[in-house]
Amino acid sequence: RDWATLSAWQLVLVQVLWAYLLCGWTFGSELTFELPDNAKQCFYEDITIGTKCTLEFQVVTGGHYDVDCRLEDADGTVLYKEMKKQYDSFTFTAAKNGTYKFCFSNEFSTFTHKTVYFDFQVGEDPPLFPNENRVTALTQMESACVSIHEALKSVIDYQTHFRLREAQGRSRAEDLNTRVAFWSIGEALILLVVSISQVVLLRSFFSDRKTTTTRVGS
Amino acid sequence: MLKAFSNYKALNIYALYFHIGETEKKCFIEEIPDETMVIGKYRTQLWDKQTGSFLPATPGLGMHVEIKDPDTKIILSRQYGSDGRFTFTSHTPGEHQICLHSNSTKMALFAGGKLRVHLDIQVGEHTNNYPEIAAKDKLTELQLRARQLLDQVEQIQKEQNYQRYREERFRMTSESTNQRVLWWSIAQTLILIVTGIWQMKHLKSFFEAKKLV
Repeated sequence: RDWATLSAWQLVLVQVLWAYLLCGWTFGSELTFELPDNAKQCFYEDITIGTKCTLEFQVVTGGHYDVDCRLEDADGTVLYKEMKKQYDSFTFTAAKNGTYKFCFSNEFSTFTHKTVYFDFQVGEDPPLFPNENRVTALTQMESACVSIHEALKSVIDYQTHFRLREAQGRSRAEDLNTRVAFWSIGEALILLVVSISQVVLLRSFFSDRKTTTTRVGS
Repeated sequence: MLKAFSNYKALNIYALYFHIGETEKKCFIEEIPDETMVIGKYRTQLWDKQTGSFLPATPGLGMHVEIKDPDTKIILSRQYGSDGRFTFTSHTPGEHQICLHSNSTKMALFAGGKLRVHLDIQVGEHTNNYPEIAAKDKLTELQLRARQLLDQVEQIQKEQNYQRYREERFRMTSESTNQRVLWWSIAQTLILIVTGIWQMKHLKSFFEAKKLV
């Protein structure tokens, strides 16, 4: 049957059915962004009731590697609130329909920019085959494939967290490297300047002041 | 059926959104290994003061997308409409920066000052559209699942390679710091000793000249 021959209301009906079919499956979002000092960044997502969601975040660079995080549901009820956390993972099941909001705040920091990574998974991953009837059982091979897929997903997740922790260590090491160079050169210069000025100052104490004292006396 | 599904997939994934100001630039960082594909999709909605809600779509609203590679070289700098899709493949491993800012000529639109941006960035094997691949290569279910597992494993391998490269960089940085600390400590001690000796000699000759010693 050609889609073009369907009437408008039939197309709408089909779309509604698709929307219903798809509402159980939504994708996850994984982003890394920079949070300037004294700033707050909020993200919103519309979630349907009964969906299992997970919010994971990690501070990658900046200061003491901590950030405030707050998750609110559609009515403003705070579901999760933590101050100055470096890494956390929070799972919840949506009890209401609506727009959920989560915010990261760096308002306690005066001058350090923070880079924050978060992963917000909503619902399950969509199945590989959209036409798949969920009632049919999977064969052994297919079940094995599914378990391998889940295991690999968790491997990729661990790799991500490892990469972020390693990025922290690496950025500290690179900072240290440049700082050592600057401070060493700076100290050497200060050393030279101070020692020369000490000598000059000392010499000035013993310079001929007889001419000035006689002028004052007379 | 499949096409309708993929169209709906296109609409449904713009799930996460955030607000952006008029001239505000929002940047996202993607740290990826080389030869990795990244697909970004966004949708913008403008705040309508009259209705007090966000309009579903506004023509004339544009977003400027700028993507920089780890060497801060710009690899993509393009203006897109209110709905956009950008894609790039990394050629060097590292931190790529994706920046978005609105570039609307109609500044009057921003009287309310709020723009809602739905954003979705998929990296690596998440960019693969499996129903499409199944249809194109005519794969059975098992073959498609195997293909998905192969893609995942390939991504893991690439990440491990990148990890080795990063660890090497870390090691080089640490060794360079070690060298610097060593040489600069020696240099500073020498400077200290030399200036100390010079000071004593100089002052001694100075006081001898002044006939105080």
